[in-house]
Amino acid sequence: MAIISAAGLARTFVTKGGPVEAVRGIDLTVREGEILGFLGPNGAGKTTTLRMLTTLLAPTGGAATVAGHDLASDAAGVRRACGYVAQSGGVDPQISVREELVTQGRLYRLSRARAAERAEELARDLDLAGLLDRRCGALSGGQRRRLDIAMALTHRPRVLFLDEPTTGLDPGSRADLWDLVRRLRDEHGTTVFLTTHYLDEADALSDRLVVVDGGTVAAEGTPAALKREYGGSPDAPLQDTFLAITGRGAAPADTTPVAV
Amino acid sequence: MLLHDTGLIYGRYLRQSLRSRFALLFGVLMPLLYLLFFGPLLTGLPLGGQGTSWQVLVPGLLLQLGLFGASFAGFSLIVENSQGVVERMRVTPVSRLALLLGRVLRDATVFAFQAVLLVLAALVMGLRAPLPGVLIGFAFVALLTVSLASLSYALAMKVRTPQEFGPTINALTMPSMLLSGLMLPMSLGPAWLDVLSRLMPFRHLVDAMRDAYVGSYATAHMLYGVLVGLALTALAVTVGTRVFRTAGA
Repeated sequence: MAIISAAGLARTFVTKGGPVEAVRGIDLTVREGEILGFLGPNGAGKTTTLRMLTTLLAPTGGAATVAGHDLASDAAGVRRACGYVAQSGGVDPQISVREELVTQGRLYRLSRARAAERAEELARDLDLAGLLDRRCGALSGGQRRRLDIAMALTHRPRVLFLDEPTTGLDPGSRADLWDLVRRLRDEHGTTVFLTTHYLDEADALSDRLVVVDGGTVAAEGTPAALKREYGGSPDAPLQDTFLAITGRGAAPADTTPVAV
Repeated sequence: MLLHDTGLIYGRYLRQSLRSRFALLFGVLMPLLYLLFFGPLLTGLPLGGQGTSWQVLVPGLLLQLGLFGASFAGFSLIVENSQGVVERMRVTPVSRLALLLGRVLRDATVFAFQAVLLVLAALVMGLRAPLPGVLIGFAFVALLTVSLASLSYALAMKVRTPQEFGPTINALTMPSMLLSGLMLPMSLGPAWLDVLSRLMPFRHLVDAMRDAYVGSYATAHMLYGVLVGLALTALAVTVGTRVFRTAGA
């Protein structure tokens, strides 16, 4: 069953230099409980798409539903159903971890007592329990990311959007984050929609990939299927597959001239 | 829901203000310096109105406090935008109007505190004014704070960088202060300046406050002041909410 479906989703920005078509028409469906890797070169429209699907930015064309709620007519329903972690995160470095978690619970209309309980639960689940009374600014990169995700999980959303969640993390923190994403899907059935520039991450974590380029979907499928189709074999490196899809650099093996 | 959300946002930002007590006192420094070093120059001068020079100057200084304090309120929002805090909140079901009102009411509270400090200092310097008049004065500056802070937040959502925000606000506040007659009544000036200043909304607020400070409550100045103050506030809050609702472009 599709939990996200978008048809012709588009966004044009009006700038001083004329209109910029950041997203030209995205068609995609995401099944419930799926981990979807959303890939594309810089400027392909990944973040703009995410910002539209999370109601932060109104589309200038097309339509989409998230968890059965229409983006245009039921933004409130979409907001209740989804969690979003932006590239930059979203906590005030001066405030304590506990205060941020409790405020987030209150923003989702939990009672004061319930919000305090939920903060404790989230801290336990995301390995932040010893850090509740620390200032957000004093956390390490990996701890900060876990806090950002805890904030987005406050209302147990059915869909979690993560925008480049592992950028800037050390390898150990990245591995922890991958485990966390898998655990969310396995234990809670959460659908995870994530963008990344790390192809090993997309390969290891995603059930399915959607590659965008120039504001439209250039290819989609399981990592293995994409490798077979664009990289020449199921064992092709995803790097080559990605470059072949986006037309930058290495072409599929069969068209590459053989050097003698 | 609006009340719940506004209270929540208000509490968050009031705690933020309380954490930076230095900034809280620093905001009142400029009008206080005017009071101490400029106020005594006026005591013997004919200012054309009723009452003492303090009854003319203090309303102007209170509006100056609101003008400069509230106009720069958007700076904190630019910082929060870069931290991603604003987007994080806009993804939740929180009321968009509350995101604006909670902040603006915090600014009005901070102002009220600073205004009381300033009036207390003015009493020491020699101000004597009827209590109802002083309270009406606070109400006017609260209106000014709410409207200017709303516009400042709206601008901060639009421009996004301190490099654009700072010069824009400076370019707007300085002429506003000079043309509104906050320091000296505009009626002292030539006719063209007097006419020009009537186009500034703050001119009408300061005229109404000066009447209130001498105990004249049922005057044309008061009527215009109230009308301009309410219209400005309604306009500014509408603009601000609209920007918070659709921001992101």
